[in-house]
Order: sequence, then structure tokens, then C-alpha cells
Amino acid sequence: MAKTIEAIVAGVRSGEIDPVALVDQHLKLIEENEPSTNAFITVLADHARQKAGEIASRVAAGDPVGRLAGVPVAVKDNLCLRGAPTTCASRILEHWHPPYDATVLSRLLAEDAIIVGKTNMDEFAMGSSTEHSARGPTHNPRDMTRVPGGSSGGSAAAVAARFAQAALGSDTGGSIRQPAAFCGVVGLKPTYGLVSRYGLVAFASSLDQVGPLAGSVADAALLLEIIAGHDHMDSTSLDAPAPRLAGQAADSAEGLSIGIVRELSDGADPEVKRRLDEAAESLERAGARVESCSIPEVSYALPAYYLLAPAEASSNLARYDGVRYGLRVNAADTPTMNARTRSVGFGAEVKRRIMLGTYALRAGYYDAYYGQAQRVRTLLIRAFDAAYERYDALLSPTAPTTAFRLKERVEDPIAMYLSDVCTIPSNLAGHPAISVPFGTGEAGMPVGVQVMAPALAEAVMVRVATILEQAAP
Amino acid sequence: MSAYGSERQRRREGGARDYEGFECVVGLEVHCELLTATKLFCGCKNAFGDEPNTNTCPVCLGLPGSLPVLNGHAVELAMRIGLALNCTVQPSIFHRKNYFYPDMPKDYQISQYDIPINTDGYLDLPSGARVGIVRAHIEEDTGKTTHSGGGGRIHDAMYSLVDYNRAGVPLVEIVSEPDIRSGEQAREYVSELRAVLVAVGASDGRMEEGSLRVDANVSVRRPGEPFGTRCEIKNLNSLRSLGRAVDYETRRQVDLLVSGGAVAQETRHWDEQAGHTVVMRSKEEAEDYRYFPEPDLVPLAPDAAWQERISRAMAPLPAGRRRALLDSVGAEGPAMVERVATVVAQDLDGYVMAAVDAGAPGALALSRAANELAAACAEDASLLDALEPGHFASLVAMEARGDLTATQAKAVLAEMLTSGEPPEAIASRKGFEALDPGSLRRAVEEVVAANSAEWERYKEGEAKMAQFFVGQVMKATRQKADGKAVMALLADLLRGSAGAP
Repeated sequence: MAKTIEAIVAGVRSGEIDPVALVDQHLKLIEENEPSTNAFITVLADHARQKAGEIASRVAAGDPVGRLAGVPVAVKDNLCLRGAPTTCASRILEHWHPPYDATVLSRLLAEDAIIVGKTNMDEFAMGSSTEHSARGPTHNPRDMTRVPGGSSGGSAAAVAARFAQAALGSDTGGSIRQPAAFCGVVGLKPTYGLVSRYGLVAFASSLDQVGPLAGSVADAALLLEIIAGHDHMDSTSLDAPAPRLAGQAADSAEGLSIGIVRELSDGADPEVKRRLDEAAESLERAGARVESCSIPEVSYALPAYYLLAPAEASSNLARYDGVRYGLRVNAADTPTMNARTRSVGFGAEVKRRIMLGTYALRAGYYDAYYGQAQRVRTLLIRAFDAAYERYDALLSPTAPTTAFRLKERVEDPIAMYLSDVCTIPSNLAGHPAISVPFGTGEAGMPVGVQVMAPALAEAVMVRVATILEQAAP
Repeated sequence: MSAYGSERQRRREGGARDYEGFECVVGLEVHCELLTATKLFCGCKNAFGDEPNTNTCPVCLGLPGSLPVLNGHAVELAMRIGLALNCTVQPSIFHRKNYFYPDMPKDYQISQYDIPINTDGYLDLPSGARVGIVRAHIEEDTGKTTHSGGGGRIHDAMYSLVDYNRAGVPLVEIVSEPDIRSGEQAREYVSELRAVLVAVGASDGRMEEGSLRVDANVSVRRPGEPFGTRCEIKNLNSLRSLGRAVDYETRRQVDLLVSGGAVAQETRHWDEQAGHTVVMRSKEEAEDYRYFPEPDLVPLAPDAAWQERISRAMAPLPAGRRRALLDSVGAEGPAMVERVATVVAQDLDGYVMAAVDAGAPGALALSRAANELAAACAEDASLLDALEPGHFASLVAMEARGDLTATQAKAVLAEMLTSGEPPEAIASRKGFEALDPGSLRRAVEEVVAANSAEWERYKEGEAKMAQFFVGQVMKATRQKADGKAVMALLADLLRGSAGAP
């Protein structure tokens, strides 16, 4: 069993672990396996070694070090880091260096985490396989012929391949949880507003959340504690303190009531369903009351999401116009320059979603599309609220299948979109959800079980996830 | 009379127009840059005229990953505007208005759409008309583009430069009902609105610097008929442009209709030099802005206590100050109303009130303020810094008692503005003591005797020679003489000499 973050930090603080050696160990693995994995867009080897050296000297000098001292962390390439390129896996931002740090990265750095690299992703986080990247696809470390999921596929692969102890991703419709499930790691999407979005390059602002991917529930929970909490730079940031999650007792599920959402499980592969049933049984054994439940509204989540998210994206991505930064393809006049830049700079999936979103927001059609989708969103939130009157947490597969093969779905957008059918409802509701590895399915690929909880109920969610982790085959 | 007076005269004449039975219908959209220290959504300085692109940051440059945070002071100023315009101030939300333009960093503007902060108000004009206010909402300004090469026009420019210092500057857009009926009334509305915006501390009112920008929606109809097709007129950089453009556009539309044509809905550009409007874009080219609620901001719901605090702290508005001043000086009639308007517009009512409080006659105080002080103000507003209200009151009292002639009073006032001294000290240094009637008559007779040739010409009916004699008497008495009294004495002497054989 790999070390937890807690153990690493204790080791660094006591001097048993040399942060430089630890970083070198990870960089060596990257050097050996990254060419075939392609988990990173940028590896920050020099930065990481330098930072590790600083931490080592502070420890040697007896100075205090942070709660992530010496821990190698990978971060998704849509998080702004001063001094490194932030490309969002897009040609349009190929050479863009942000002049500021995302709040979540400032918080990691303030706790002495070591950022080893910026991870690969679907362009602007639009995709479920990390194949829509201008830098080529990431391969699943568990089976290099398969996708790692997406859009935070690089972060999930980096953790699975031990390139980093943990990673940050972003989750708009499942982009942390689905790749976590595909790669056999833990992935957590926090309550909307719990984690600052300042410095996260926007895809769909009302859905985007930054969250951790890690080898264990405890590591993910600790990372969340550190990045969570109010940020005055983000107006949608909740005025809530960071949750206390670490060190929670999770030996019993006594008193917990858990519902398995039928609409999210019925369509899953038989082997995925079997693992879900086993997960439910393990919770019952731990003392929880578990039963099947129905939330019919979740069936409308996917179509609503594919109106709302592209609509917001069409506006959020308008700024990539060749005027101020990023790619510019020159032309005789500004509108032509804008059009050529965007034609060359964006990939097919991004263009598809910009067109979908632009269409959905047209004058005269707003109410039929965007307006209707917002009403579905409201109904979904009410349905969840009603369910949470009966249940402390809800259970479902994280994805209907295990990791599919590279190129299998890339030409079939609908099939690709369907791999997020179980994760999207939590984004629309703004609720937290976590994916925990629970055995394997077809071809020995990992299966993820999703635990969903009401807004700001991360503690309950982590408790259930920890029980599942301990019971996992 | 000051230049101000002749301006008013010209405006009155411009007010009445004959449009062959048509009336013009105008609604105005006024963009007011708010006088905040920082921008609407970030901490960058809100300042005019700084070195280009020095007041910028990731937020107002719309860099990837940046997010807006609403400026509370801008909200407060918007609420003050709403209250001053008798609006309903309500909980509101922000929308994104999407369109591509290089000076708009995010390629969308954060604005308010169907739920603005202020709705349904009105503004009463000095002339008595009431103009309805549809809404007064908050939005961010864009950057400023300069086209270089090829004569500075966009079509043949070699390149364009964008200054993002203005990007994200807070604006309130005030949309009027189509209640305005002439170019003259449009000017009056903007002039009064500007005074209100300045009074509540929301704006510096400088149209020439673009801190107040006006677009006019103009249509024509026969009175009582439904509204005609409207054109939006842009590039109105002064009150003068506004009045001229509305009059021109009305004429253009009436001519079109009278000659059997139809007005096309379009956006037109006012060319101040040429004195006409030209088409910028037609309705078919109009953008679809794809408005949707701004997901990066939360709803704006000012609590009752905040609103109450703002409402209590509101400065008196121009209309109220005009009423108070009229009451205080006890004046009536259009000339007095106009003087009161001038005095309040130039922020001089405090002087008149002080004089009245000190017992000086209101009409005289009003006259000195509306003429001499207003003229000085128009030249250099900082001149008033030296003038104490108590000194102004003393001056008016001295003139009213006859201690100073009108000419002397004006001379003393001019010096008070530069030196800040009390009028008594200036008058005594200048040797201004009123002449007794006997001395004045002797002085006039001496001047007449010394200028016999001129006196002959005066006697023969050359009326302008009177000015010569007044001037000579003034010189002889070191400005102590009262011009009117000299004129009376000259007339008296003329009658006397005409009576002689």
C-alpha cells in the first residue's frame, strides 16, 4: 500500500523522508513512463526540484513546513500557474503564460506542495476521454490501449501511474469522477462554491468546480480541506469555512440511510452493476440501511446539461479572439482575423459545443432551450432535496462502463456524452460527489462507485466513501 | 451679459420648429461613468487620461480564469441615481451581452437586462415637462480603440490600438421614455440629468471627456398617431450636437415621409462638422446579443438598511434647490426662473442664500450671482474658492444701500474673486465712496466744458457720444460715479442748453 499524504508529510517533517529524493523518485517514473502515457502537457522538473530543495533546507533549519510539505502534486492544465504555460490543451493558448496563480494553487503552494507538472486534458475540459487534446491523447496506465476518461484524464493517469501523490482536476459534468473511476483512483467534486474558481479557466461557470484526485479517500479529503474555503476573488465562493474531513472515524455506517438511484444504475454494464451491488452490501454490513430509490428527474439531466454547459461555454470562450493573447492568425480585417484564429485554434469538439451553445442562446429560442434547461435544473434540485429527506447519501456507478478503448467513441459524440450520464446530475444540483474504486469489471479495468451527498455534506460523503474503500475487493 | 446669456437666447429661438404637422418623438439613452475610485469588477484605478493600459489587471483584461467581483460603491452610486430619478430600486441580476469587439476584453459585456436595479422613474425638467425613466442599470464600460494610419478611419486604418484603462469602468445607463418632443427639450433633459448626476456625486458630468455619453432614438409621427419607425443616433458629444442632431434627424424623417418615402430602422452617426446623420448599420445587421444570466456573479439584493442609509444621505437635488432659491429670493417670472436655474446649475445658490439670510435684497443678490459670478465660474470655477459667502452678502448689502454704484460693485466683486478680501477693504482702497449729487453735477459740468466739440456733436443728436461723456466722468471721478446718474445729468444739461436761445 502506498504512503498517504499524512505519512509523507510526517516523514518530511521528521527528516525521515528527503523531499528532494521523493521528487526525484517521481520525476524518474515520469521520465520512464510519461512518453507512452502522455499524462502531462508540461513537466515542471526544475521548479519541483528547486521547491523540494527549499523545503529540505527549511526542515534542516528547523523551520515549520506546511501540511503538504514535499508532496508531489500534478495540476490540470486549466489552472493558472505563474511562470508556466497554461494551455487548456488548446492550440489557441499554446504559448500563454498567466501572470497570476489560481487561488487553489496558491493554497497548495502555501502548504508547501510541490507541483510536478500541468496535466493533459480534453481541450477546455470538453470531453470524456482526454482524446480531444491538441497535445494528443493520454493513455490509461492500467491498460495503455484504453482511455483514462476525461476531461481530467491527465490528472487521473498521473495519480494512477504514481507520477504524483495526488492531483487537482476540474469537474463540470464528471470530469474528475469519471477519469478517477476509469483509472482506479479516488476523485472528488466538491459542493459548488466550496472551492474558489479564481484562476480556473472557465468552461461552464455555473457548473465548474476544482477538486482532488488521489490514491485514497483520506488524501482526497485532506487536499479538499486545503483548497476549500471562501475566496474574495470569486463571487460565487460560499462564505463557509473549509470542512473538517481528515481523521474522521469511518469504522461504522450505523444510523446512515443510503439510496441507490435506479435511473443511474439500470443502464450500466452488468459487471459495473455487480460491483455496485457489492458496494451496497458492504455498506449494509457496516450498519447502513440501503435501499433502491427512484429519482426520475435525473433522466433529464444529460439533455439539460448539453444546453446549459455549451451556452455558457460559447460565451466563456469568446475571449479567445486573437486580439490580446494566445494564437493569432492574421487577416485584412478584425472579424476575419477573429474567425481564422478561432478556426485554426479550436478543435472539433470545442467548435461543436460553441455552436450548440450559440444556437441555444439565440434571440427567440432562449426560452425553449436555455430557459427550459434551467427549469429542469430547478426540478432536479427539488427532486434531490426530496430524496435527501429520506437518505443521507445516494449511490450509483460513476460511469455506466469501464474505460473504453482509444478512438472507440471519439467519432460518436452522443456515445461519448453518455459516459457522463451518472455524474452530470450532481453538477446541475451543485452537490458534492465522490468516485471510489471498487474492484474491476470487464477486462480487469477498474470500476468506480459514486457517493453523492447534499450541499456541504462532504463529511458524510467522505465517511461513506471511506467505508467503501476499506471494503473494496 | 455673459456668453451664457446669449446661449440661452439662441436656444429659445431654436426651440420652436414647424415640421409640417409632424411631431418629433425622442427617447434618450445616457451612459454615465460613475465616480468610483476603482473599476466595476476589479481593484484597478478608475481614471481618465492616464498612460494607456496602465490601469489594468487579469480581471479587466478578461484573462482566462479571472472572475468579476462587484464594486459596492458603484452599486451605492447606482442606487443614488435611482432614488434621484424617482425609480423603484429593486433586487437585480446581471446578464452577459455577447458580441465580438476588440476593445471588449471578454467579448461580452456584463450588464443588466430584464431585472435592472432601477426601474420606472421620472425626471421633472425646469420648464415643467416630465420625462419618464424606463430604467437605470449598471454595466461595465469597454476599452477605447484608436485607428491609426489612413486618416484615422476604421476602414482604411493601417492598424488599431486599444487602451483598456476604460475597460471595466462602471457605468449606469439611463433610458428615458420617448417623452421628449424637440431637440431643445432633449438638451434640457440631458442638462438637468447631468445636474442631478453631479448633485448625487455619481458623475463629474463631463460630456467632452466621455464621462456622460448620449444616444438618441428619434422618430416622427402626427400627434396622436402610433410611434413611427425610429433611428438611433450616435456620436453626440455635446449638448449642442444633441440638439442639432435631433432637429436634423426630425427634418430628415419628415422630408422622407412627406415625399412618400418611409423611415428605415437603422443606427445613424452624427457628423458634427457636416451637420447631418449618416447610416452606420441597418436593422438587418443588428447583432443578436444572446443575453443570459451572468453565472460568475450572484444576485444583487441591497438590504433595506443600506437603501435607507443611502436615501438619508442624499444631497439636495437641483429641482429642490431651485424651488428653495425662488422661495428665498421671493422672485417670480421667467427671467427670475432663468436666473435661478443658472445660479443652481453653477452651484452658486449658497451665496445668494447667505446674502438673503444677512438681510440683503434677494433680487439683487440673484442678479450678481447669475451674471457676474456665473460668468466668472464659466471662465474658471476655481475663482470661487476665494469667495466667502459672508463677503458676497456684505457686497450686495453695500450696493443695495447705495454705498457702491453698480459699476463699483462689479469692480469690487471681481477683485474679491482674486484676493479673497472683504468688500469694505477693497472699496476703501479703491477710494470708492459714493459721490454726493452736488459733486457729481460739478464733475459732469467740468467734463462737458472741457470737451466742447464732443458736446456739440451730442447736442446734434449723436447719441453714442453719451458713452463718451460717461466714460470721461468715470475717469474724472475715479469710477465713483454711478453711470445711470451721469446719463440723467447729461440729459438734464441737454434740456437746459436746448432751452437757451
